[in-house]
Amino acid sequence: MLELVTISALNGVLYGMLLFLMASGLTLIFSMMGVLNFAHASFYMLGAFFGFQIGQLLGFWPAFVLAPVLVGGIGALIERYGLRHVHRHGPVAELLFTFGLAFVIEEVVQMIWGKGPADYRVPPSLDFSAFTVFSTNYPAYKMFELLTAIAIFAVLLAVLTRTRVGLIIQAALTHPNMVAMLGHNVPRVFMLTFGVGTGLAAIAGVIAGPALVTQSNMAGALGPILFVVVVLGGLGSLAGAFVASLLIGLVQTFAVAINLSIADVLGGIGVAPPTAGALFDLWNVTVAEIAPIIPYLLLVLILIFRPTGLMGTREH
Amino acid sequence: MRLAAPWIALAIAFAFLPMIFTSGSALTMLSLMGIMIVFACSYNMLLGETGMLSFGHAVYYGLGGFLAVHAMNTVIRDALPVPLFLIPLVGGFSGLLFGIIFGSVSTRRAGTAFAMISLGLGELVASSSLILRGFFGGEEGVSSNRTKLLRVFGLNFGPQIEVYYLIAAWCLLCMVAMYALRCTPLGRMCNAVRENPERAQFVGYNPRTVRFIAFSLAGLFAGVAGALAAVNFELVNSAAVGAGQSGLVLLAAYIGGIGNFIGPVIGAVLVTWLEVMLSDVTDVWQLYFGLLFVGMVMFAPTGIGGLVTMHEPLWQARAYGSMLRLALAYLVALAPALVLLAGLIMVIEMSYHLSVKGYEGAAMLLFHVPLDATSVLPWALAAVLSAGGFWLFRLTWPIVGAAWHEAFTQAHAAGQAK
Repeated sequence: MLELVTISALNGVLYGMLLFLMASGLTLIFSMMGVLNFAHASFYMLGAFFGFQIGQLLGFWPAFVLAPVLVGGIGALIERYGLRHVHRHGPVAELLFTFGLAFVIEEVVQMIWGKGPADYRVPPSLDFSAFTVFSTNYPAYKMFELLTAIAIFAVLLAVLTRTRVGLIIQAALTHPNMVAMLGHNVPRVFMLTFGVGTGLAAIAGVIAGPALVTQSNMAGALGPILFVVVVLGGLGSLAGAFVASLLIGLVQTFAVAINLSIADVLGGIGVAPPTAGALFDLWNVTVAEIAPIIPYLLLVLILIFRPTGLMGTREH
Repeated sequence: MRLAAPWIALAIAFAFLPMIFTSGSALTMLSLMGIMIVFACSYNMLLGETGMLSFGHAVYYGLGGFLAVHAMNTVIRDALPVPLFLIPLVGGFSGLLFGIIFGSVSTRRAGTAFAMISLGLGELVASSSLILRGFFGGEEGVSSNRTKLLRVFGLNFGPQIEVYYLIAAWCLLCMVAMYALRCTPLGRMCNAVRENPERAQFVGYNPRTVRFIAFSLAGLFAGVAGALAAVNFELVNSAAVGAGQSGLVLLAAYIGGIGNFIGPVIGAVLVTWLEVMLSDVTDVWQLYFGLLFVGMVMFAPTGIGGLVTMHEPLWQARAYGSMLRLALAYLVALAPALVLLAGLIMVIEMSYHLSVKGYEGAAMLLFHVPLDATSVLPWALAAVLSAGGFWLFRLTWPIVGAAWHEAFTQAHAAGQAK
């Protein structure tokens, strides 16, 4: 039991960290530019596939450096030539542009790499067991993922709070017009932010690719959960995104390990379940089976009790 | 009578279309278009009228379909005296019910947050559809038989032509209802909430209530569309509530144009036609769809309907001469655009052939012309067509701009002189 809790906690924190890698980029882009990048999970997918392809040619470690840079570059170009053009048509057009972009990226990936999973493996240098918890070997690759995520956050925090560029970005987050009037090149800051945001998603893809499956439907699977994370945490709040990512990561990981259903719980008390009908499924479905939809249930709950999210500010 | 004239004309057109397009596949496509028109118009009630971008509208479509097919099965099993053409009412009721239930939660936020919430709810229902197998039928879905309901006037709705007329009648009814709703004070307040919610609050209407009502009514009509689809296919499965279906209706409404009532109709017809035709011609038709959508968002955000209404001042001023010159300028610009398109299609098809269908060898057939996808010549040709086409296309932009400017100043002057 304790083993299950420890392993699930480790895995949950790891999944939450991966979610936050993506949600932080998304929140930065949203806070600064006012557009929710629907294609953010697609850049995660591009990162995984680029990492896979470059890994085939050059090895895992060069891919680890090159793939996020390439994807970030593509993101910056999309911002410069696509998003900036659409900006004048309003926020709905921007959101729909990113939606169309997500669609197109998924189709292009399917066209180039096919619909099946790519054989993206853990590199041999990391393919050993880091430590043994109670009787389960915890793979070193997962510790590597965790350490990478923490290192990136540390760097991001340092850049945002201690460098000049970071201070300009923080200012442009809340007062873009004033920053422009002070002489800074705000469009270039936007391009840089979009590039860095998508680069962060790509790093998440490069390190998560070998652990989770690398397939053309990865964006479609992870995208909605990402948006649940940002709405749960409060749109525009980095701290909220952090809390929400950890919460969803832990809840989903623990839920998969629980094999109880309402019938089991109420059967223990002595209530007999219905034998047929529409409620039969609800009674007998286990928590593990509904684990994929728990984030959406959390979304509905937070909307009923606290519509602005856990740490969101009032609606702009 | 003048008010009813376009609707009577539409009814006559619906009635006579099967006599022009008589083949079986054409009849099927007309039925699909009818269903999609109702669905897209219901979506436009949300997006175009009230400014609510929803990524999960297929939930109400699908749930309407599921309830309709369960109702059909109940009617058949218990031999109730319910004819088939009342089944869409069940779909409408289901759409309204779930619109109220989910709308009470969704409409608490507006704008981007609402879009994300609709996405989350859509995923919730789509994922639940595989868990709750009793209602959703699991992976095979729920099927029924539309010929076994009560026969009225000797119609058993077996042949597709009878189903087409059922769909056409319901489509006309729903279009009239949605247009009428648009003209009511509720419809006008929806427009007001779309433009300036704060001002609407000052006038005395709660924007949240207006959005909630609009959402529920949009759900009603989406449910009717879902029931019509259930009647047409005699099968509803979890794909009907999925993200793909939601994306399709968004594409249809947006490509057609969300600014006016006729836009989504155009979009629904076009998207249905493309979906059926393109998938026969090429395997990567979804990529073309996506590129078309991104192109429209970037260059024509008002959609096809918006492009048509852009020319309305010319029509009203009866400036036929300048309209003809403008049409000529468009034709001049169209030619290099087609060349550019041909080049891009070549690149996409050859890349697809090389990457996914590489096992079939390098030879392929494009526009009935045999090509060798690995040799340099087709790629060079594609590059020349794309680059050359784009360069020539750019050269024609000033011509179109000048023709446009001339046409509009003439129309404006003619209007002033009146």
